[in-house]
Amino acid sequence: MSDVVASMAGSVWKIVVSEGDTVSRGQEVIILESMKMEIPLEAVTSGKIKQIYITEGDFVNEGDVLAIIE
Amino acid sequence: MIKKILIANRGEIASRIIRTCRKMGIASVAVYSEADKDAPYVSEADEAYLLGGPRVNESYLNATKIFEIAKLTNCNAVHPGYGFLSEDANFARKCAKEDLIFIGPHPDVIEKMGNKVAARKLMELCGLPVVPGLSRPLVDSKEAVVEAKRIGYPVMLKAAAGGGGIGMQVANSEAELLKIYEGNQKRALMFFGNGEMFIEKLIEKPRHIEIQVLADSFGHGVYLWERECSIQRRHQKVFEEAPSPFLDDETRKAMGNAVVKAVEAIGYYNAGTFEFLVDSDKNYYFLEMNTRLQVEHPVTEEITGLDLVEQQIRIAQGEKLAFTQAEINRDGHSIEVRIYAEDPNTFLPSPGKITALKVPQKEYIRHELAVDNRSIVSHFYDPMIAKLIVKGSTRSQAIQRLIEALDLYKVEGIKTNLPLLKEIAVHEKYKQGETTTDFIDRYIKNNSTTI
Repeated sequence: MSDVVASMAGSVWKIVVSEGDTVSRGQEVIILESMKMEIPLEAVTSGKIKQIYITEGDFVNEGDVLAIIE
Repeated sequence: MIKKILIANRGEIASRIIRTCRKMGIASVAVYSEADKDAPYVSEADEAYLLGGPRVNESYLNATKIFEIAKLTNCNAVHPGYGFLSEDANFARKCAKEDLIFIGPHPDVIEKMGNKVAARKLMELCGLPVVPGLSRPLVDSKEAVVEAKRIGYPVMLKAAAGGGGIGMQVANSEAELLKIYEGNQKRALMFFGNGEMFIEKLIEKPRHIEIQVLADSFGHGVYLWERECSIQRRHQKVFEEAPSPFLDDETRKAMGNAVVKAVEAIGYYNAGTFEFLVDSDKNYYFLEMNTRLQVEHPVTEEITGLDLVEQQIRIAQGEKLAFTQAEINRDGHSIEVRIYAEDPNTFLPSPGKITALKVPQKEYIRHELAVDNRSIVSHFYDPMIAKLIVKGSTRSQAIQRLIEALDLYKVEGIKTNLPLLKEIAVHEKYKQGETTTDFIDRYIKNNSTTI
């Protein structure tokens, strides 16, 4: 199991996976946007997206858990 | 005559323009988004009006609302600053329709220079050298291979719709080129919705050097020397200085003369900047022209004694340049550093509330501030919160003064790149003028560039 954690404060620009999707390590799952920068967040382990806690447009803080992979 | 200016911008550049308006006896109108209602520039202007929500399309790109406010307040000119609407030819055209003087060049020239490919072709015709490559997007990977063979490895693939370094990748061999072609195209499609790519020769260990020009509407242009802006992170400038520690007088003059010729050939008026890559043999290649005021204009002002915003206003109201090339000063050395709200190691944005701000005061230190000691730095805009500019009679004195100023500079509550700036300022290679664009990757430890 692993968490997808926000690497910076900003808003959720795109969620490129859905709950139940299978992802592999290194795959981009969520893209954050802050201060004119888009930062993709990668899966740190391979597995299935168990839960996504946010929707596109939400504001998140650095360190927030955005999704869980199991 | 320009009597009242609406400033279609925010932050430090809005404050900067207001200062010159005041000096010239021109009234100023600021506009702001909901996120900027407490920003320093809003209270500094003679009048200020709300544009709308924090998103740029609701506020700083909302031309309709901007014109409404300009009419309401009886402005007869608009200063676009940099970014936002400053290089939008349609906005400049609409200004004319609304009987507003656009403080910038003719809209047709903005349009010509705004298209990177067309600008490259045009400047080549005007006699400026350009980086070897193809002047149109690649058809497929096969063509990329053929073209790479012609211009020689290493080559760079660039997303046509890209910017800020996203969608740029280097290939050292045919195998590598084929490997990155697909990936880069996919990435470009995902980020920009456009998978088109350009290919060009990679200029190795390049410096980024730009020439500042001023030209009036009577076809007369001058150059205000160069700025070296090689030290960058994520392809955005961090350190800027004038003069360049690398150029000799002969190259400096050759570049200046070539640029003035180009400016006069295209009928450009306003302040403008020609960006070049310069290789280790001092060959220079035209990159692009910025048809507006530049973030780093203060270092040019420090060594020439000219006020570039004042010059822009005078040119826009139809005055002739009041000086010739021979009368332009070049005195001392000036360095600017950009203070970004970001993690100094990962360069990731760090928006949030500033809890304390202390900046050093000396006659050779200049501040351009977008924030005060209680500002909330919003995630909706660029991370630059301030510029620190120093001047010395020599480069080494300017560096010494920069180091001292950075030691006294305090921002609390958010992360900033101040530690990185200090690390660069004290670095032996910086002192030696080894300022190539890969400076941070090459010489500064502990940084992990993400994109």
